[in-house]
Amino acid sequence: MHWRTWSEEMGTTVSFSDRKVPEVRIGVYVCHCGTNIANVVGVKELAQFASGLPGVVVSREYRYMCSEPGQEMIAKDIREHRLDRVVVASCSPLLHEQTFRTATSRGGINPFFFQMVNIRENVSWVHEDGKAATRKAKDLVRAAVARIAHHKALQPRSVKINPDVLVIGAGIAGIHASLTLASANKKVFLVEKEPTIGGHMAKFDKTFPTLDCAACILTPKMSQVKANKNINLWTCSEVVSVEGYVGNFKVKIRRSPRYVIEDRCIGCLQCIEGCVFKKPTVKDEFNLGLSRRKPIYMPFPQAIPQVALIDPETCIELKTGKCKKGCVTACGERNAIDFTQKEEVKEIQVGSIVLASGFKTFDPTKLAAYGYGKFPNVFTSLELERMVTASGPTGGDVVLKDGTKPRAVGIVHCVGSRDENTNRWCSKVCCMYSLKLAHLVKERTGAQVYNFYIDMRTPGKGYDEFYGKLLEEGVHFVRGRVAEVSDWPAVPTEEGRLVMRVEDTLSAVVRRIPVDMVVLSVGLEPGADANELRRMLNISCSTGGFFLERHPKLAPVNTATDGIFLAGACQGPKDIPDTVAQAGAAAAEAMALVDRGAIDMEPNTAHVDEKSCSGCKSCIGLCPYKAISFDGAKRKAVVNEALCKGCGTCTAACPSGSIGQNLFENEQILSEIRGVFGHV
Amino acid sequence: MSEPFEPRIVAFFCNWCTYTAADLAGVSRLKYAPNARIVRVMCSGRIDPQFVLEAYASGADGVLIGGCHPNDCHYIEGNYKCLRRYDLLKRVIGTMGIDERRLRLEWISASEGDRVQKVMNEMAAELVPLGPLDLPGKQAAWDRELHGAEAVR
Repeated sequence: MHWRTWSEEMGTTVSFSDRKVPEVRIGVYVCHCGTNIANVVGVKELAQFASGLPGVVVSREYRYMCSEPGQEMIAKDIREHRLDRVVVASCSPLLHEQTFRTATSRGGINPFFFQMVNIRENVSWVHEDGKAATRKAKDLVRAAVARIAHHKALQPRSVKINPDVLVIGAGIAGIHASLTLASANKKVFLVEKEPTIGGHMAKFDKTFPTLDCAACILTPKMSQVKANKNINLWTCSEVVSVEGYVGNFKVKIRRSPRYVIEDRCIGCLQCIEGCVFKKPTVKDEFNLGLSRRKPIYMPFPQAIPQVALIDPETCIELKTGKCKKGCVTACGERNAIDFTQKEEVKEIQVGSIVLASGFKTFDPTKLAAYGYGKFPNVFTSLELERMVTASGPTGGDVVLKDGTKPRAVGIVHCVGSRDENTNRWCSKVCCMYSLKLAHLVKERTGAQVYNFYIDMRTPGKGYDEFYGKLLEEGVHFVRGRVAEVSDWPAVPTEEGRLVMRVEDTLSAVVRRIPVDMVVLSVGLEPGADANELRRMLNISCSTGGFFLERHPKLAPVNTATDGIFLAGACQGPKDIPDTVAQAGAAAAEAMALVDRGAIDMEPNTAHVDEKSCSGCKSCIGLCPYKAISFDGAKRKAVVNEALCKGCGTCTAACPSGSIGQNLFENEQILSEIRGVFGHV
Repeated sequence: MSEPFEPRIVAFFCNWCTYTAADLAGVSRLKYAPNARIVRVMCSGRIDPQFVLEAYASGADGVLIGGCHPNDCHYIEGNYKCLRRYDLLKRVIGTMGIDERRLRLEWISASEGDRVQKVMNEMAAELVPLGPLDLPGKQAAWDRELHGAEAVR
């Protein structure tokens, strides 16, 4: 009689006694990746080892498998050696799986008869001991060889792409992406949570290094957005849910009430005059609280759309219902004001999404030593931006809280950047905008301006030349991180001023520099709603919380989720030129998808073996996408391939092993596990 | 002198979070113990308890499971299903005489390359005092016993 062995006994879902390994002809290709792999892993030894594995007909090593000759080598071998399986040991499948599938298919066999072994990210880059690394690589190759015997020919499912695009965020990135798409005749939904588009750039006075006025280059683009018939602009709106997949996203958008009907308002501002509030008393968000507005207001003069809005927190009518409603009287027969407006949720369908949700600036109250919030004349760089703007709260004058001009101004770089205690990353734009602000302050006030920096970082076209210009202008540069801003005078000349204590690391002395105004060059952080958006869109973030691109170099605007693209500072700190370039790239990627019209989905969906399905329904409740239903007549589970996203949770749960998952079948994974240890 | 014991670990990593994190560890050149062999699955919810048992049966001294953080699963909730199976598995392997420390579940997001390094090093170090599990060896011994008994009868 036959005693089932213990290892047979351990297995339940696959009947091991009749385990059959198909007859296959495998080609194994070991990549050196230049020296990236070859320096640690014994690539010759590995290829030699692979040639002795069951089913392996050809085993080669080559310097760059992903290159054209490398791919051609695979295709040629398939034809000449009648290979029907290909294993490539190189980098991560997340990087080059597609490349080698294409090469496999060029050879004339189904692209899914391919398996990738990651011996770079998982081996050579993370291990130093060559012997151990080679041993690991051998185990992984053996596992892949064992696995690939069980691969099946698959046909990817093609899905249609809805040609409409959603752009989230209408800062310069979102604006540029929308305009690019619209000019190619694509229909765009542009969603912005603020009452006006323009984002951070609308708040700036000048842009570095050319010192051209931000409004002059931005506001025409803003008007174009409004005027473009292909762009559907929704302000005061937020994305609340995203369902579906590439080509077919269903998005819900919450539109908060403005209490002013957009189609009727002509932006004449008479309602603001007419408001019962004689004086503006509410802190103006656009000017970061440096000025006041009324409950009915226009965010800033060039706001787009040119439509007033009412703040329900402060409007007497909306709070108590007992107002004389001077705004309504002033609006007159246009009748644009509507206190009954309610929040509404709109549902749209789009094929791709460009995420341009931007950034927020670091909150310097976290660094108590700099006295922000404690000393009235400590400002953030963004507040100073508003102050130097001609249309800003002071009409372009740089003044202290008492209205006088400062005699000396200290600009502290890297506040909330390059700091283990706050944010480790360099915010990239601070050095340059600090130089710009230093120039503007000097120009407007003639004050002594001190820049306190760690390193000056000015890479970019014309950037370092700008730094050189500032050096000539007589702006002071002190290399050292400011330790403290205080109002404790040590000598009479410091009386009534702010004293900056800093170690000047170039002359190795600790200095006390009295100034009248301190400007904190705050760093860039992921937006406040970044995490929520990330979860909604099912994308990842990198260390620090900025959205993660698919590949840092080769797919910088793509995400791991097909059909979702990144533009601007939501992906990482960047300046305006980089943001615009990336927005254009994101628009182009979305356009490529739209114009292709259809996309092949990864065929990793689940399938039911009707013969063995007992109709127990275990799988049905497990599917998060309701892709499995129950056929009452046959008493079998049925997978809807269009809804299945290929997680394989049902496959893992099926008690009779009747559900399989393409590309991740039970026998494929089990063989891979056994292959690791040499029990094929 | 025999070679020092090097535990063998099978690591099941989900495609979207932990596998990406392992890639990030690689790109960041974070060095860690070479004990684990990574098996990629789309979701930690795909990890059939059978895979874990198969790994032990094939000679693994430990099994590591890596998935997305709660609330962050690419497939909404596969990681919760993985957690449920993990809790049951812990009890099952306990009854089989396998030390619970030989099975570890970690939530590692795509940005946590350093965590891959830490977990890999920790697990490799923790398994050393436990010694080899050597289930294949034990199974062979048990088989011999059974077959031996059969022959005598």
